[in-house]
Amino acid sequence: MNINLTLIIQMFVFATLIWGTMKWIWPPILAAMDERQRKIAQGLAAGEKGEQALTEARGQADTIIREARERATQIIDHAQHRANELVEEAKGTATAEGARLVAAAHEQIALDATRARESLRREVAGIAVGAASKLLGREVNAATHADLLDKLAAQI
Amino acid sequence: MAAEEHAPGATEYILHHQSFLSNKAAHGIVDFSVVNYDTVFFSVVLALVFFGLFWMVARTVTSGVPSKTQNFIETLVSFVDGQVRETFHGTSRLIAPLALTIFCWIFLFNFMDLVPVDLLPWLARGGGIEHLKVVPSTDLNATFAMSLSVFALIIFYSIKMKGVGGFIGELTLNPFRAKNWAVQALLVPVNFILESVTFLARPVSLALRLYGNLYAGEMIFLLLAALTLGKGLDFLISFGGALSLVAQVILGLAWSIFHILVIVLQAFIFMVLTIVYLSMANEHH
Repeated sequence: MNINLTLIIQMFVFATLIWGTMKWIWPPILAAMDERQRKIAQGLAAGEKGEQALTEARGQADTIIREARERATQIIDHAQHRANELVEEAKGTATAEGARLVAAAHEQIALDATRARESLRREVAGIAVGAASKLLGREVNAATHADLLDKLAAQI
Repeated sequence: MAAEEHAPGATEYILHHQSFLSNKAAHGIVDFSVVNYDTVFFSVVLALVFFGLFWMVARTVTSGVPSKTQNFIETLVSFVDGQVRETFHGTSRLIAPLALTIFCWIFLFNFMDLVPVDLLPWLARGGGIEHLKVVPSTDLNATFAMSLSVFALIIFYSIKMKGVGGFIGELTLNPFRAKNWAVQALLVPVNFILESVTFLARPVSLALRLYGNLYAGEMIFLLLAALTLGKGLDFLISFGGALSLVAQVILGLAWSIFHILVIVLQAFIFMVLTIVYLSMANEHH
């Protein structure tokens, strides 16, 4: 065991190794580690922010849903109201229309009855005149006995 | 030594494992004409392993979802970064990469101790290489190279932060102070002796702690290997031989598992002490 030139060579190797580590190894690795640390910190902050935004958005969504529900209830109420109104209106219109139809039918009936009576009367007059002329054996002048015939017809 | 209690050849075996692959035999404790090729070779290979792995990740590093390799590398980097931030309060672009390099490189040095102790030397012998020490941190040159580099940085940062005067003052004006300048002048040498011992103890303790732990660890592996060294099959199937074989396997396993802790711990201690020393150098008083 002795001290020899190996010492100097080893010192030289050691110095070179330290220099190489200092130049090519330590800075990039540490930079990458710091960068990752920064990224993780950013990621955590972003996550927290996102969570906060989510909470806020949930609150907003709740408000919007509540408003929408209220609005929907309002609309339904309004619609029901309007439907009732329409039904009432329709009922009124229908009643009026029915009454009108009934009245028109009544009128028509009355008119038809009158007409029928008129034609019947005329026919009866004709038959009466025919019968009378047969009885009398001669022509009965309808014109001459018009007032008689009319009286007869009125009696029927 | 314990080795002498074992069968003949154990001493030779251990001494053989203690020899480096050098260009020539050294004369004396310090001989700068000698080079340990094995230490240089393995530390450069391990440096390339460290650098290659980290560089591969650093080139394709992403701040998105990391790959499993990147995850592993980032775990190491953030572990070292955490240690540096905890201890070192100045701003320096050097300290953290330095700490990472020290931790990984020393860990890889020490990890070579877990490779079966005879495997690589046996392969090398096949290639005609007689001696091979595979654990660079069992070479004082390797551990001192690191601790002296750290020591140089300590001096550099001390002078940079406090100036030459401040640095000298730190070595001479503590721990004893006096109002009277004459008394202070007498205290300066005392302070200097005390402080310089503390100061010089840092690189020495750094290097010797690492070296000592790994040297001892390797020695245990060698002693366990020597239990059945050079024994024939007749010995191994005898009662005593079978017993030593079982003991060797069980103790080797136990020591390997324990050693996993030691090698990480030693790398960690070297790194933390480096950070502590440099942060002390960097501080104002």
